Amino acid sequence: MATEHAPTASEYIVHHLTHLKSGTQTSLVDWSVFHLDSLFFSVSLGLLAVLLMARAAAKATSGVPGRFQAAVEILVEMVSDQAKGIVHSAESRKFVAPVALTVFVWIFLMNAMDLLPLDLLPNIWGGIYGAAGHDPSHAYLRVVPTADLNATLGMSLAVLLICLYYSVKIKGLGHWIHELFTAPFGAHPVLWPINFAMQLIEFVAKTVSHGMRLFGNMYAGELIFMLIALMGAAWAGTFGSGLLWLGGVIAGTIWAIFHILIITLQAFIFMMLTLVYIGQAHESH
Amino acid sequence: MNLNATLFAQLVVFFILAWFTMKFVWPPIMKALDERASKIADGLAAADKAKSDLALAERRATDELRKARETANELRAGAERQGAQILDEARAEAAKIVAAARAAAEGEAAVAAQRAREALRDQVAQLAVAGAEKILRKEIDAARHADLLNQLKAEL
Repeated sequence: MATEHAPTASEYIVHHLTHLKSGTQTSLVDWSVFHLDSLFFSVSLGLLAVLLMARAAAKATSGVPGRFQAAVEILVEMVSDQAKGIVHSAESRKFVAPVALTVFVWIFLMNAMDLLPLDLLPNIWGGIYGAAGHDPSHAYLRVVPTADLNATLGMSLAVLLICLYYSVKIKGLGHWIHELFTAPFGAHPVLWPINFAMQLIEFVAKTVSHGMRLFGNMYAGELIFMLIALMGAAWAGTFGSGLLWLGGVIAGTIWAIFHILIITLQAFIFMMLTLVYIGQAHESH
Repeated sequence: MNLNATLFAQLVVFFILAWFTMKFVWPPIMKALDERASKIADGLAAADKAKSDLALAERRATDELRKARETANELRAGAERQGAQILDEARAEAAKIVAAARAAAEGEAAVAAQRAREALRDQVAQLAVAGAEKILRKEIDAARHADLLNQLKAEL
């Protein structure tokens, strides 16, 4: 932001909340546009997550494990135990448990991007963008993919697809459709539309809340980091602004420490809900 | 808060990562965990077995020791008994030999005494005759009084 004119607080925040896009979004829903920053960071962190774990898996020994292997094993055991308690089909767990592990580690890493200094990556990107001959003030970059609704809803939609797949696989297509119309209220023909409506609402509510919860937490967390950064940026050499700067340091520290809990918790919650929803797909009403 | 194609890209990435984890991460780690669990179970079972084996071996060793001690005691008692018997036999034999020797010596002594007594008797008779001869020189005719002398000799 070291340009001729310092941005105002609202300009700063809007800049930080603008995605690096592949095109111009013309409406609220525009399927022709990609958020390049979200995709870049989520794919990179996803690859980092699975390649790290694959490294541990490739060297895994049944003898005395190293520290790295032990750490990955603790994660795997944790996820495996949770999956065993929630999804009762050993056959399904062969896919569902790895899904849960991927989701947990991946989301944790994406959430953890929040802990990087707020302006670090955007400034580097601004430098690159400016060096390429563009206007650095238009170099947008959001580094936390889970603070992008597209990313979280994309993942919760994937979970919905897995749920539908297992509903059909476990119950059979006929039985599942039968259940769509007869549960939860009963098999009377008058109740069929109500049942079906309830089931649709249930699926939509599950999926939207699943994605929204993670998005909301991360978006709010990111926004608070921005406000704290603005507080610190108030430094102007006067005593009052010095106090604000000090407040920014203290608040930033406290919020970052608290955020360690939130990023882990949200990753865990997303994983647990993934397991719970898939587990529900295995149970008949 | 705009919805766009990022959503579907994320969905696809989700499945690719999940597939990768299912294929290359989960199985080797689970295999290692299961193998270690069975190794530990085997180790514990082996330790239990070794413990019971040790107890068994200790019991057997104690048994052997006791048996060996009993055998040794028996052997010692037998040897003592046999030794005492041999000693007794030897003592009896010795007593027998001593008795036989004494009997032989006594017999020999009796014979010698008899012989000495007879020789003495002869000599006394001769001495008596010689004494009588010296006393009676002329009055006694040896031939005439031989009967008398023999009678005397028998009386002695």
